[in-house]
Amino acid sequence: MVITNPKYEEALLRYNKKIADASVEDMILNVGPQHPSTHGVLRLELITDGEIVKEVIPHIGYLHRCFDKHAESLTYQQTIPFTDRLDYLASMNNSHAFVMGVERMMGIDKDIPKRVEYIRVLVCELNRIASHLIAIGTYGIDIGAFTPFLWCFRDREHIMGMLEWASGSRMLYNYIWVGGLFYDLPVGFEERCRDFVEYFKPKMVELNQLLTDNQVFISRTANVGVLPLDVAINYGCSGPMLRASGLKWDLRRIDNYSAYPEIDFEIPIGKGLMGKVGDCWDRYKVRVDEIEQSLRIVEQCLDRLQKELKRTPDFDPRAKMPRKTIPKAQDYYVRCEGAKGELGFYFMTDGKSEIPTRVKSRGPSFNNLSVLPELSKGVLIADLIAIVGSIDFVLGEVDR
Amino acid sequence: MSFNDIKQLLTEKFGDAVITGEETSGLQPALLINPDDITAVCLELRNNPKTYFDFLSSLSGVHYNDEANRFGVVYHLASIPYKTQLTLKISKPHQKESSELPEFKSITSVYRTADWHEREAYDLLGIYFEDHPDLRRILLPDDWDGFPLRKGYRNAEFYKGIRID
Repeated sequence: MVITNPKYEEALLRYNKKIADASVEDMILNVGPQHPSTHGVLRLELITDGEIVKEVIPHIGYLHRCFDKHAESLTYQQTIPFTDRLDYLASMNNSHAFVMGVERMMGIDKDIPKRVEYIRVLVCELNRIASHLIAIGTYGIDIGAFTPFLWCFRDREHIMGMLEWASGSRMLYNYIWVGGLFYDLPVGFEERCRDFVEYFKPKMVELNQLLTDNQVFISRTANVGVLPLDVAINYGCSGPMLRASGLKWDLRRIDNYSAYPEIDFEIPIGKGLMGKVGDCWDRYKVRVDEIEQSLRIVEQCLDRLQKELKRTPDFDPRAKMPRKTIPKAQDYYVRCEGAKGELGFYFMTDGKSEIPTRVKSRGPSFNNLSVLPELSKGVLIADLIAIVGSIDFVLGEVDR
Repeated sequence: MSFNDIKQLLTEKFGDAVITGEETSGLQPALLINPDDITAVCLELRNNPKTYFDFLSSLSGVHYNDEANRFGVVYHLASIPYKTQLTLKISKPHQKESSELPEFKSITSVYRTADWHEREAYDLLGIYFEDHPDLRRILLPDDWDGFPLRKGYRNAEFYKGIRID
């Protein structure tokens, strides 16, 4: 099959011409794919006029593995390890979303034991803290502050250690399964987790003193990269990015899935304390506030898990696992609040096999990154780095 | 606004031909829309104060691989003020082994989210979107042959002289 129509080539030719023209009049600057401040293998092609960025053209796909194709050739259980590799900094959230979608299609989402639901929320929130710690730490490094990075990684390592204890691996857990969990939490996990929360709370105060209220940091981030709310919605931004623009939109509250309706937490939004609503500092601050809320959620989960949902010798986290995962023929789109925003999976099933006919993953980073060309028109190159860092994307999820 | 109200609203505005069918068997009902009207329907659903579907959650290209070799696009809209969700579907048959790509209207002018999602559908499934501002491949290299998510796609043996295993 040969595709012949010349109109399919038009956009590519137009792009080539634009680059050729720009290299005569302006300067083309490539940032990445091996640049540390692009947080992975992202290449940004900048058309610059001196220090001013006229246009940014992101090039993605260096990490593309075609998750959709994998999911269409493997059974649901076999796909879970691949979902871990989407947003590899918050793997638990990915598998939670995927598993919830399959369970709802199977009609077993109401049968999941409460203890399993609470363990899922607990590990997801721990993972969210770990992901936000990386976002904050690497953002500091982008701006030029080295110490917060080391502090964040030191504290994140405690979470990694705990989750490794529970699941057996450090970053890619494959812990949440359809209908249950890989294993129950190890004996003593709740106590160790509580110790961590007690240890971590004063560390957050220290971090705030070091970075959040730092005058140099504020000067670099306040009033930079202001994202108005209507633009954010139109570009499909979600998660901390959307909340920083001033909208209380958190799918944990909107959809009330899993154990979240029974848990009390607040939704931090950007208030423009240092500059305008929706600037880089607001996006950073929303993540810091979310860590505090996640700690609250973790504490409430631990309370329940140590009291009324205490482990019993005969508790089997795999009891509700279906023998054969064959959902009825239907389409289903599941969305949930990942660490970076709205994480969605679209399934099409034929009702006959354990393998879906079409799966599409909607990564939050993919949509959050697509607003970058709009955000960075006419900014300085140094500010562009601040903007890129504040978006907090993971290339594993952008490229899928 | 319920599913049936939205159906009624669309038929009143655009006539009966706009909705070609519906799927209500699954957990999420879907409206099948006439492919030529999709941009106008999306614009109406976004701007109408009764619906306000202002957030495009996801846009997925689909190759159905049935007798007619249908291609389609599925839109998942969400309304932030009303906290509702809606699924729209368009599809049209496509001749096998054709040298043309299946064509649909782009909704980039309504939702900027669709920009990259449509590029992805073009890249992986070979669906052409009319009036898209910049329809280049996004995830695969520009010189890639074929569309990997089409059913029946076979890997090329070589890519630039490198054997693919």
